[in-house]
Amino acid sequence: MNLLDVRGLTTAFMTGSGEVNAIEEVSFSIREGEILGIVGESGSGKSVTALTVMGLLPQPPARVAAGEVIFGGQNLTRMSDRQMRSIRGPGISMIFQEPMTSLNPVFSIGDQVMETIAAHERLSQSDLRKRAIDMLDKVGIPSAARRLDDYPHQMSGGQRQRVMIAMALACNPKLLIADEPTTALDVTIQAQILDLLMDLRDEFGMAIMIITHNMGVIAETADRVLVMYAGRVIEEAPVAGIFDRPLHPYTRGLLECVPSLVEDKPRLVAIPGTLPEPARRPPGCRFAPRCVHAQPACTAAIPSLELLEPTHTAACFRARELAPA
Amino acid sequence: MIGVAFRRLLSAIPVLFIVSLISFGLMRLIPGDPAAAIAGVSATPAEIERLRRDLGLDQPVWMQLIDYYQGLARGDLGKSLLLGKGVFAATMERLPVTLGLSAYAMVFTLLIGVVSGIIAALRQNSWADQAAMMFAMIGISVPNFFLGLLMIILFAVHLGWLPSGGYVAFREDPMGWLASMTMPAFSLAMLQAGLLARITRSSMLEVLRQDYIRTARAKGLPQGKVVLKHALSNAMIPIVTVVGIIVSLLLSGAVVTEALFSLPGMGQLLTQAVLSRDYPMVQGGLLLVTTFLVLVNISVDVLYAVLDPRVRYE
Ligand SMILES: Nc1ncnc2c1ncn2[C@@H]1O[C@H](COP(=O)(O)OP(=O)(O)O)[C@@H](O)[C@H]1O
Ligand code: SF4
Ligand SMILES: [Mg+2]
Repeated sequence: MNLLDVRGLTTAFMTGSGEVNAIEEVSFSIREGEILGIVGESGSGKSVTALTVMGLLPQPPARVAAGEVIFGGQNLTRMSDRQMRSIRGPGISMIFQEPMTSLNPVFSIGDQVMETIAAHERLSQSDLRKRAIDMLDKVGIPSAARRLDDYPHQMSGGQRQRVMIAMALACNPKLLIADEPTTALDVTIQAQILDLLMDLRDEFGMAIMIITHNMGVIAETADRVLVMYAGRVIEEAPVAGIFDRPLHPYTRGLLECVPSLVEDKPRLVAIPGTLPEPARRPPGCRFAPRCVHAQPACTAAIPSLELLEPTHTAACFRARELAPA
Repeated sequence: MIGVAFRRLLSAIPVLFIVSLISFGLMRLIPGDPAAAIAGVSATPAEIERLRRDLGLDQPVWMQLIDYYQGLARGDLGKSLLLGKGVFAATMERLPVTLGLSAYAMVFTLLIGVVSGIIAALRQNSWADQAAMMFAMIGISVPNFFLGLLMIILFAVHLGWLPSGGYVAFREDPMGWLASMTMPAFSLAMLQAGLLARITRSSMLEVLRQDYIRTARAKGLPQGKVVLKHALSNAMIPIVTVVGIIVSLLLSGAVVTEALFSLPGMGQLLTQAVLSRDYPMVQGGLLLVTTFLVLVNISVDVLYAVLDPRVRYE
């Protein structure tokens, strides 16, 4: 039984030049306690996917044009805002890329952790305080009781991301969505935060959907990987399958430019060209203009995801013939 | 925070000095003779001359200035030439009227301005937003005396609901005060309410875009908490900075409003004093009003530090 089932999800945005699909026919599932990595270049639709699951996109301009998000047997895309609020926190919670701006500057961190718990559970003020201290302790904030009354501006980026994690886990969610949780942090802090997430997964047993454009982060954390390109899922496999036998030319390109987590300098982008804007996507395979294996047939239709190996799917017309033996 | 207040208090001293100097100089630059004005049209030149000597106006200007500052150093604002009583006492009689009017207008300003600004921001580009902003535009562009006149015609003359003017002291008859002050306060408030509605709207729109609002929603907080706690507390910071300006606008607007509704406030007192060249009254009255405004602005700075921990911990 899957914890989360996303089926055929298409999210559109109203823009000045009409409606465009930011993501299209995105399908995937997450099992309990599993870590699913979603990887892709900036602009490929990872955040839109996560925010659609959370119901956090402003509507309008956003609109779920098709598909469903099944969580705990219910379709979240059909839920009222009130119902959605009871899911956010105890069901699914989320941390973001920018720890510097994701906390409210005018409230103490203790207040912000405590109000999260208070929104979902009836607890006395002193119990709330205890729980908040306990959570801050668990995410590695030293002398948490004393720091409860500190304000976000008194903390470093890494510490703020720890506070965000404490807040996100305060109500024991079944799924944590981490959207580029380390992208804005120093390399050494990045590794610490990833380690913390892994430890907390073992302690709390929640599933994690980790979003990144960095294959190094995927290698560190994910059990299974979803690769996105121009709003579509183009490959999905267990992490070993992605790294040992990537079947989509785009994934192979990504692996060639994997920046190391310990070295600070990302290497040159191995895939020439840029990701097309949603309104300027080419016909057929979206990757064709940048693909060294492209053939005329590639632009005739959009390749669909095909099960090529027992747990490995990819969306490329030539995947089978190009696959390493 | 106490440090902030103390520094600002110190920096207020030169401001008050300059204001007192300007009001002293301006009064003596405008033509007209206080002695003649006070003695009346039927007075003989000899009588006027005697009055001038009694009032100390025969002295050279620099002597008068030194006298003035010596008085100020003793905490003495002098005596009104026209009323024959102390400037401070005369001010204290009239100031409650103006402060009451301004405070009541401030309540209207905050209620109308902040509430309509929030609603407009939450329903950006909806009919409610457009209606609120049109209302704000009208408030800003219609002169307050004109609005006051319209209200008098409608509510006092045609409907007879409210008195068209006159003052009832709050302590004697609170309901009567409310009745006599509602139209003046409302017509005085509209300009500031319109300004505040626009500032609140743009400040809220800016804040609602911030990452921490998304975080608040991601935590499953109810909409009321997201808007009134997380958004408004941040949006209030730029709003508070204009409160000092709004109080100044209210006090200067009150002069016209008091004249229109025949309210015996500071506006009337100072207008009369200027017309009759009542030098000490104008100088002292302006100094007291300026001191009040300076204190308001210092309170605003302190409030700013209360609202924003980043300022508080500097
Ligand atoms: N509010 C919006 N209005 C219009 N287009 C948007 C909006 N948010 C995202 N998009 C579009 O959706 C696409 C996917 O964006 P996003 O999910 O943020 O990418 P990623 O997180 O993978 O970097 C981008 O091409 C972007 O232009
Ligand atoms: S379908 Fe064609 S263009 Fe697209 S990735 Fe495969 S080979 Fe390249
Ligand atoms: Mg993103």
